[in-house]
Amino acid sequence: MRYLPLTDGDRLLMQNKIGINHIDELFMDVPKADLNPTIDLPGHKSEMEVERHLSRLAAKNVAAGSVPFFVGAGAYKHHVPASVDHLIQRGEFLTAYTPYQPEIAQGTLQYVFEFQTQVAQLTGMDVANASMYDGSTATAEAVIMARRVTRKKRALLAGGLHPHYRAVVETTTQFTDDEIVLGGMLPADPAAELQALIDGIDDATSCVVVQNPTVAGHVLDLRPLAEAAHAKKALLVVVVTEIMSLGLMMSPGEMGADIVVGEGQSIGNGLNFGGPYVGIFATNQKFVRQMPGRLCGETVDADGQRGFVLTLSTREQHIRREKATSNICTNSSLCSLAFTIHMTLLGEKGLRAVAKLNHRKAQQMKAALEAIGGIEVLNDTFFNEITVRLPGNAAEIVETLANLGILAGVPFSRLAPKQGFDDLLILAATETVTDADIAALSAAMREAIE
Amino acid sequence: MSMNNQGRPSAPANIGAQTVELESFSGHKGLRLAEPLIFELGTIETTGVDVEALGDFDFALGGMERTAEIGCPGLSEPDTVRHYTRLSRLNYGIDMGIFPLGSCTMKHNPRLNEKTARLPGIGDIHPLQPISTVQGALELMQELSHWLMTLTGMPAVALSPKAGAHGELCGVMAIRSALEARGDARKVILCPESAHGTNPATATFCGYKVKAIAGKKNGRIDLDALKAALDDSVAAVMVTNPNTCGLFEDEVKEIADAVHAAGAFFYCDGANFNAIMGKVRPGDLGVDAMHFNLHKTFSTPHGGGGPGSGPVVFSDALKAHVPLPYVTVNADTLDLHEWPAEKDATLGRLTAFHGQMGMYVRALTYMLSHGGDGLKQVSEDAVLNANYIRASLEDIMSVSFEGPCMHEALFDDRFLKDTGVTTLDFAKAMIDEGYHPMTMYFPLVVHGAMLVEPTESESKFNLDQFIGSMRGLANAAIMGQTGRFEGAPYHAPRKRLDETQAARNPVLRYRKPAEA
Repeated sequence: MRYLPLTDGDRLLMQNKIGINHIDELFMDVPKADLNPTIDLPGHKSEMEVERHLSRLAAKNVAAGSVPFFVGAGAYKHHVPASVDHLIQRGEFLTAYTPYQPEIAQGTLQYVFEFQTQVAQLTGMDVANASMYDGSTATAEAVIMARRVTRKKRALLAGGLHPHYRAVVETTTQFTDDEIVLGGMLPADPAAELQALIDGIDDATSCVVVQNPTVAGHVLDLRPLAEAAHAKKALLVVVVTEIMSLGLMMSPGEMGADIVVGEGQSIGNGLNFGGPYVGIFATNQKFVRQMPGRLCGETVDADGQRGFVLTLSTREQHIRREKATSNICTNSSLCSLAFTIHMTLLGEKGLRAVAKLNHRKAQQMKAALEAIGGIEVLNDTFFNEITVRLPGNAAEIVETLANLGILAGVPFSRLAPKQGFDDLLILAATETVTDADIAALSAAMREAIE
Repeated sequence: MSMNNQGRPSAPANIGAQTVELESFSGHKGLRLAEPLIFELGTIETTGVDVEALGDFDFALGGMERTAEIGCPGLSEPDTVRHYTRLSRLNYGIDMGIFPLGSCTMKHNPRLNEKTARLPGIGDIHPLQPISTVQGALELMQELSHWLMTLTGMPAVALSPKAGAHGELCGVMAIRSALEARGDARKVILCPESAHGTNPATATFCGYKVKAIAGKKNGRIDLDALKAALDDSVAAVMVTNPNTCGLFEDEVKEIADAVHAAGAFFYCDGANFNAIMGKVRPGDLGVDAMHFNLHKTFSTPHGGGGPGSGPVVFSDALKAHVPLPYVTVNADTLDLHEWPAEKDATLGRLTAFHGQMGMYVRALTYMLSHGGDGLKQVSEDAVLNANYIRASLEDIMSVSFEGPCMHEALFDDRFLKDTGVTTLDFAKAMIDEGYHPMTMYFPLVVHGAMLVEPTESESKFNLDQFIGSMRGLANAAIMGQTGRFEGAPYHAPRKRLDETQAARNPVLRYRKPAEA
């Protein structure tokens, strides 16, 4: 047992020191009848055997990097520089705990401070926290925070908000005082979706939650919505599921957002079948004390040297217990480190260039699909993702293309079944997509629908 | 002085007993390198990536282009590697030594876990790929579920919660769903005083009032107090077992019986499951729901505060309410149940996708490595190590409760009485000894708590060295040598930091000097 350092000799010496003859004397409080049950599990295995087993499971999956790949809808395949994964595996980062002892955790605390600053800059907000689990849970926390800030409880969720995010908000708030109103989903008509949201705001509204770009890929001008929300003393919560878009798009802060939440996976983090990812949460200075999650702040040590600590923790569960702003404890620190390192490698210049390349690839993909008779593209505006109407069932066509070795996107019906979206397909094109990938998609699609 | 043949001194000069307080010109102190923020190092013109340059083309952004400066500086790749390498060296991690943080189970993180998590067929698959292209991933989730259910003797498991507190939320939501399904609007959740802060925070999140139950002098729940508090307003009792004092609740079955007799549910916080794997199954003790922390018990790295993963096992009474999505078995394929069917009693969806796959694979790799036999040995060694520490320190430090402990040993500050040294001082002095301090001031039920959890990863040699340091410090405090405590840590990258200033005037981001 390669991870257990004690020898039988050690164990005996230690038992003597403790004054017992058998290990089970230490388990004397466990009900006798229940101690040492028969547990039917395989015995220990060598490193080689375990690796072989996991490799066999992995081989049954189709890796994104092995095929032309256009799947997005909330998680995106981007190129992550090799140094990112190397650095996050340094034991001092990987095997550290939450930085509750700041004198020996300045490494963690400083990168959290850098992360908070980068997220604030990207979103155009004053402050950001040290991360949440993912974009969807951050969105639910934003709704709950808006209730605390406004002392109103009706949250309006846009039709263009990722349906899984809508579901997470509904689940998370089902036993709180929040009242959730779902806007109608109109993937082909983003203007109508937005207008419905504006029309829905009234004096009881705590916040409007809107995704930009929408789940169908449309880019929205949120300034009129911000104005309408603020006129009724409601908060504008902007959700960003593709954070790379902020390299090219006006920031939510500039559009009037009060809270910006989102998924940071695109920067620094792999697909990982859905997790771990890194939720971002940013807001304006005046709401800082209502924020959920950890915050890192600058201070000095006894010698006057600059240093960083976790701060404003009187909002948090370990101090405030049942009066905490959230029950969150563990967050996504290592994923936020990957984000910060990747962001540092990119810098503003690199981020803008990669974002522009994403947009270009998506334009090329759109043009290739439009050239196929029978496919209607629903987007006039988009960043790196579009929704198309196919002359057939999108899920079946995706399956056909998967059998040809092309992962063509996400059928809208997978996100919102039985709502008449069976012919819609969401496709993303990031910087990882090549001209040959687009040609393969286009050829296979043509064949599948003709 | 001995000299080599080029005149280079090969042995240190004798500078006598005096030490030199040397202020360097660079701000560095030898291997301890001072490191500015990236905002002070980089420029927005610098980048560490090569991206295909594109000419101008028309954007399809509806006029929503970003015109204002973002302000994020970049660094070249060499400077990036150096910056984060330097930062890493200001941290303490399990890789460096014992990390005896009670209730946090800081055990060795095997690197095989990191390798399997990065297999392309696991790390590079999308949560919304066609189900036919992720059969191996679903099989992995099934296999992990099987291990978790078998170890606990529970009939159902929800994998998707993202961390322990999220698992608690899942468990309490399932309880409330089950109560509402039977038309029972209960309002109260009972938590012992020694509970983790997440327990009452979670209960409140689910709309419950929290009532504390007193503990007994022996560190366990007072069964009579519990029975007195149980009535038809109580939805559930949340108990950590082994509890946060490091003790097994010896009346756990009586607790479960009393809870069930009152029509309530028994939630178990499984943060301390590392003490009892293969030794006793929560399902045999009457537990209705229990979350794991895969990042504690099953060795997935804590990563400086996450990511975690908090699967929850359920009893028959709750299993209809498990969250979506979950894996289902067809004739010869696996499927994902992602949306509720007509009569589903599910509590709903807790996260956008399927939970923390990256943690599932690490945890399963760890379980397969140990096997059922090895996991039992893990728990026995973890408990043995904690008791060895307790037995080796009980004559000089004050053990809070008599008798053997489970995987963590609880001390309080009675032994520091009248020394002028506080638990905080003691903890900071441990830093100078080269150790991460134990959990301090938690649990709240003893004064100046020091909760020491060595885990099974420590050899007897490591434990003996640690014990030596602890004895030395305790002795120094008792002998009135307070100097080593007052300003501690002296040898860390920073002296004690001013947390009051940080909170009074929060500086939560960098701003250019002109903006600030």
